[in-house]
Amino acid sequence: MNFQFSEEAEALRDQARRFLEDKSGREKARAVMESGASHDAALWAEIVNLGWTALRIPEEHGGLGLSVLELCVLAEEIGRAVSPVPFTSSVLLATEALIAAGTDAQKAKWLPKLADGSAIGTVALAEGTGVPGAKSSIAVSGGKANGAKLPVQDAAAADFIIFSGPDGLYLVETGAAGVSVDAVETIDLVRRSARVTLKDAPVEALEGGRAALEKFLQSSAVLLAFEGLGGADAAMEMALGYARERVAFGRKIAGYQAVKHRLADMYIKNQLARSHAYYGAWAVLTDAPELVQAAAGARLAAMDAFQFAAEENVQLHGGIGFTWESDCQFYYRRARLLTLALGAKTHWSDVLVRSLEQRNTMMAA
Amino acid sequence: MDFEDTPEEAAYRAQVKAWLEANKDAIQQEDYSSRADSVAAAKRWQARKYEAGYVGITWPKAVGGQGGNAMQQIIFNQEEAKYNAPTGLYAIGLGMCIPTVFTHGLSPDIAKRYVPVAMKGEEVWCQLFSEPAAGSDLAGIRTRAERDGDEWVINGQKVWTSGAHLSDFGIVVTRTDPNVPKHKGLTMFIVDMKAPGVEVRPIKQMSGGSEFNEVFFTDVRIKDTHRLGEVGEGWKVSLTTLMHERLAVGGKPASAPGVQEMIELARAIDLEEGNALEQSHVRQRIADAYIADRGIALTRMRTISALSSGRTPGPESSISKVVVAKTMQDVGSFAADLCESAGLLMGADSPNLPHLSRFQTSYIGSAGLRIAGGTDEILRNIIAERVLGLPGEIRPDKDIPFSEATKLGL
Repeated sequence: MNFQFSEEAEALRDQARRFLEDKSGREKARAVMESGASHDAALWAEIVNLGWTALRIPEEHGGLGLSVLELCVLAEEIGRAVSPVPFTSSVLLATEALIAAGTDAQKAKWLPKLADGSAIGTVALAEGTGVPGAKSSIAVSGGKANGAKLPVQDAAAADFIIFSGPDGLYLVETGAAGVSVDAVETIDLVRRSARVTLKDAPVEALEGGRAALEKFLQSSAVLLAFEGLGGADAAMEMALGYARERVAFGRKIAGYQAVKHRLADMYIKNQLARSHAYYGAWAVLTDAPELVQAAAGARLAAMDAFQFAAEENVQLHGGIGFTWESDCQFYYRRARLLTLALGAKTHWSDVLVRSLEQRNTMMAA
Repeated sequence: MDFEDTPEEAAYRAQVKAWLEANKDAIQQEDYSSRADSVAAAKRWQARKYEAGYVGITWPKAVGGQGGNAMQQIIFNQEEAKYNAPTGLYAIGLGMCIPTVFTHGLSPDIAKRYVPVAMKGEEVWCQLFSEPAAGSDLAGIRTRAERDGDEWVINGQKVWTSGAHLSDFGIVVTRTDPNVPKHKGLTMFIVDMKAPGVEVRPIKQMSGGSEFNEVFFTDVRIKDTHRLGEVGEGWKVSLTTLMHERLAVGGKPASAPGVQEMIELARAIDLEEGNALEQSHVRQRIADAYIADRGIALTRMRTISALSSGRTPGPESSISKVVVAKTMQDVGSFAADLCESAGLLMGADSPNLPHLSRFQTSYIGSAGLRIAGGTDEILRNIIAERVLGLPGEIRPDKDIPFSEATKLGL
């Protein structure tokens, strides 16, 4: 049994963590929050130089051709650092969508640019209420689309958007006629979102239709689980650090069971989330029949762990944790963003139980 | 990443599978009609395993073990578990007591006398640790051992001793010096459970079963040769035993129903709003159970992977029991809730709904599992202190003599 990351992947993790600790401290997220910029362009340029945007792109398109496991490692590290860069939108989502379902022409046009950092992509699944990526009210006809996606993360930074439409995934360039990108306010003040309105905008379908979209949602669930897992561990570590320092009633608050047990509960949830995330990574890597179940499990466990750690991190900080100056808010807000951007607990519980029922029926037959 | 055996593991697994298949006649599948029958069946099975070299797989060859690795033990356990083999009688003796005996026994003669016989299953062992006033705080035990020449005289009471009524020997923690702080005045011994002055009384549990006992010691004499470790080192010796306990206790009991059973029960129930399985609130609870149960199984695979590749496993397995026990309780109450008042009916009157009576039994048992082998609270302390490195509790009795602490009511 080899249910762990390879030494090479762990070495990449060490390198990524050192880099992000050095170059992407939470003050970088704060600076973007305060300035209202779409992202930290200098940091993004360094990330491009490290090859992270090229990681999964096949060599024929100018990439490194590494596996999804390496990408999971980076997703986790970016999640820890709440780095103010469009990594999730462009690398975890848009690049993956193109690799999985892009036409040859789309791949040839965009993958080299994504690899060398000359283009940024994003993915638009939500249309207000309703499960993101499920039903769509966008009308596509004769290569033109009408409708709106809301909210779309990192749209202001993106050169193209891959969106879920009536019959799968489509690509639209943000500079094309009929495309407007208008900033909207969301709970996450670091990763900005917009309303994307399409009025007779020229669009191209990706391949695979609805099935490709479904599969994309599942693999995205796994990647975002890793991002959430990184956030969950970082929030726990913040809480641990504070509890070790803060004195009340004559001793460090980390010595009180009410505090210790809360931290132990964070550890428990984070470990369950890690185990499910690994299972999800294995299922994506091997394209296993268990992918639906593993992706749903990874997502549910990671979002539960992240939200719990983020909430209790504020709580264990006390009043200081509720101030604007405290970094607690980054995780508190990000946990909601990750949860609501790809379908909340109700939806993924339904996905999970449906896949378990099918397994049950198959076993009975 | 994969879930495959290495070639060595696959070869060992094939050998184990072939042996189990060839010997399955020694395992009775049906319920055992009496306790005597079930003890006889367990002894038969243990003897077969011993002959074939499947006992003490990881123990050193010098004490009669196989000198194998942890993966071999895990593989044997995985394969044996498929046969509903009667192994419970020896879980404590071979899982915890005998490793303590061969690690801390004073002379090779002790290991020679006790280890092989226990491995064959001819003698059964129990662990005499908890007392009425010392459960989570094990170092607070009061059972006294006083030296008399080359013997010790034991007086006191133990409680929650699993299988004491079936045991030939036990390992017992005693207080040999009340005039030093509590962790320092303890000494451990091997005790003959048939010796004069040992009295075993069963405890009837809330579940109705009686797997545990009270054990009373009145002037029980133990030879000094049967001491385990040095005088006053009983706390350290007991940590060896407890370390093995944490390895032995933890996974979900095989009898406890889980996610698939929840699905089958929910499908059989119609609520006012429609079939229970179709309801979002029901599906969320099933998902919660899956995250916990499957999460623990996957966490175990991380630990096994580390062992398999020769790495040191991380501390992640410390979450196992605290998750499993509470999940059993939550799942058990939710299953009965789905059945509304029919969920009250038990035993012969339990309604004919899929797995309901198993959920009810598991719900009652889970209350004990949350306490046995480390309470939820102690396990959270362990995670906080040993894994996360947080400070320990304030212990006002820690540095004063035990006798003084008890006078102060501590």
